[in-house]
Amino acid sequence: MLVLKNNSKVNLSDIPVLKIGELREEIIKENKRPIAFFGKDWGEGRVRLFVVLENAPELLVSSAVFEADEKSYECITNAIPAFHIYEREFFEQFGIKPLNHPWLKPVRKNQDNYEFFEMTGDEVHQVAVGPIHAGVIEPGHFRFMCNGETVYHLEIMLGYQHRGVEDMMVKCPSNQLAESICGDSVIAYNTAYSQIMETLKGIQISDKAQLIRKACLEMERAAIHIGDLGAIAGDIAYLMGASVFGATRTLVINTMLEFSGSRFGRGMVTVGGVNYDISQEKIDRALKTFAKVEKDVERMTNTMLKNSTVMSRLEKTGTVSTERAQEAGLIGMAGRACGVDVDSRFDFPDKWNEELGIHKKAFKATNDVNSRFKLRYKEILQSFSIIRKCFAKLEQIKDEPIIVQGGEMAKDAFAISIVEGWRGEVVHIAMTDSNGNLSRYKIKDPSFNNWYGLALAVRNNGVSDFPLCNKSHNLSYCGNDL
Amino acid sequence: MIINLIILLIVPFLMAGVIKKTKAFWGGRKGASIFQPLHDFIKLMKKDFVISKTTSTVFKIAPVVQIASVLFASMFVPLACGSALINVSAGLIIFAYTLSLGKFVSLISAMDTGSSFEGMGASREACFTTIVEPAFFMLIASIMALSGNFTFDSLQNILASAGNYGVLIQIFAVVVLFIMILIEGSRVPVDDPATHLELTMIHEVMILDNSGSDLAFFTWANSIKMLLLSSLIAFIVIPQGLTEWMAVLAYLFVMFIISVIIGTVESAMARFRMSHVFEFVFLMSSFALVVLALVVARMFGG
Repeated sequence: MLVLKNNSKVNLSDIPVLKIGELREEIIKENKRPIAFFGKDWGEGRVRLFVVLENAPELLVSSAVFEADEKSYECITNAIPAFHIYEREFFEQFGIKPLNHPWLKPVRKNQDNYEFFEMTGDEVHQVAVGPIHAGVIEPGHFRFMCNGETVYHLEIMLGYQHRGVEDMMVKCPSNQLAESICGDSVIAYNTAYSQIMETLKGIQISDKAQLIRKACLEMERAAIHIGDLGAIAGDIAYLMGASVFGATRTLVINTMLEFSGSRFGRGMVTVGGVNYDISQEKIDRALKTFAKVEKDVERMTNTMLKNSTVMSRLEKTGTVSTERAQEAGLIGMAGRACGVDVDSRFDFPDKWNEELGIHKKAFKATNDVNSRFKLRYKEILQSFSIIRKCFAKLEQIKDEPIIVQGGEMAKDAFAISIVEGWRGEVVHIAMTDSNGNLSRYKIKDPSFNNWYGLALAVRNNGVSDFPLCNKSHNLSYCGNDL
Repeated sequence: MIINLIILLIVPFLMAGVIKKTKAFWGGRKGASIFQPLHDFIKLMKKDFVISKTTSTVFKIAPVVQIASVLFASMFVPLACGSALINVSAGLIIFAYTLSLGKFVSLISAMDTGSSFEGMGASREACFTTIVEPAFFMLIASIMALSGNFTFDSLQNILASAGNYGVLIQIFAVVVLFIMILIEGSRVPVDDPATHLELTMIHEVMILDNSGSDLAFFTWANSIKMLLLSSLIAFIVIPQGLTEWMAVLAYLFVMFIISVIIGTVESAMARFRMSHVFEFVFLMSSFALVVLALVVARMFGG
């Protein structure tokens, strides 16, 4: 397998081409976490399958070609279960069937004749929720198999938000499109897209732009995490938490508004750098705001963690064991809360980690809603500490351009960029053709891996605890549906 | 009597308003006016309603039966001044089972919609009711047995009839009735009236398909139920022998205090896990048992 670094490109012809049988054996032999597994139309009815595995701090890339008459292969899921969702997606997009796949269900299409897993028995009942929900959230259908108040199985059917983003990115790639893919991870998506483009065009962005991007990414993480702590409090009818966290989140996103003109950071990041410089005056004001935010979050979290009624709801609710989480391939925040230690900020470190002294913080996972609650709190504090370090470094860097112009895109290239958004790794992969135009754009949101984790978390919990499990994961519908 | 009628019409909404205002206060918000629930009621009464095609007559008559049964039950309870409108010795039983009739109709109306949410809500509500009912009877009947007067008037005479145990019985009776208000009024920590999450609801989910005046009747009936139970508390704690106006003022004051306490409880604690709600409901039963024990001790223990 070819070894590749994050944010780098390689010539398509350098990627090994194997037979699918060989590739399958190699994947099983490596037994690494899959980061991408997707196909590309290879002309004359052929399909080329690319696979990217994690081998921190590097990536392993390989591929296989399916001839026009090859329409099936022996699935990898039975050997490495984390591949289940990738193989389902590959089957849906290219019609090449993974044989003996244990759970070959649609990912985004075919909602009309979706066959749900059913439980039978006199006391069993099904509860169908969605696709339209009572709250202001995105559409998705949930089917619960219950016995009384206990959920035995949850099946999640998504795809209502499928917009064909990957094709659109090939036809008209732009920052505006990239930041609209998933509205709560604007900075993460836009940074991943910009880094891909910079890699392909050979642009080296300035230190200043890198630090501003890094600070904004952490602001996004802190803001969403604070909002989610409030949402968890709201779901258990703990009014004070909902109000306080709601108000403090506003302070963070309003600071983003000052920086970029959008509360969610739209328009901040662009190919070649960032669109807006942050003046010293704004930095000082932001630091003052963040100090207050940090204090409020700390106080409210500690109040909640001391409240026995709150703890009785959070503890031992929505538990996923570390083994199951690893098996299902959970990543990002939801994975870390279950003891799966995956964080691309530290797995694929950039130069700033060492220079600014940013270290991975240990977290003792308890695998339940409480674990996800505490992890969010810890990550908020860590984000603010990173932001402070970035701002301190920014003061030293004065005269640097915030945008660097680039040249032509590389031809026949394969580029990958992984950014740790607040949910987990946002993976963008782009390929160019012989004219230097994009020919395939692959996006993977962390929700793509983690939705199955939510289904596992709900098992053997009360139906009425589902909203709590759901809110503590807060997965993206549009990021999954693309 | 006129005063009682006005109270029955308006105070339930004001109580809901005060609860919401208290919650807003603790949440650091200004909150809506305390008259907002009344405005909402008037707005709903003016609105047209939508009726699902899958429902039958049960669904259509349920709101009317519910509000009628609650209003009828209110005649057996002493409100601000004087005794109950119909002050008979079987009042307790008629009161409890008229309320149960209303609840039964609302349960089958929820099942009538064929929605899995509403079925779940109905099953939860029915489950709690079966535990609440015996506790309520145990409490009130014990107090009645003590005074030998089988009307609600006996609640006022606890101190006179129970002697040394009077204050204890009063305290336990108030606690039991307060827990019952939280359960019957579907408040936190039993239920969350402000949630939008169908899967966690109890009372709210049962009226999910009701709209317009049907919905207005259900919400009004629920508020009146809270008022009636609060009135029993008021009847226990307000001393006898006040002038009529003083009695009305004292009554309104008690209603206000109860609303503020409910609002504060809702702000200070999270909702119970559904399986823990039963423990809370059984708490009510055990306190009612304590009252029974005290009454037995008083009557037979000397």
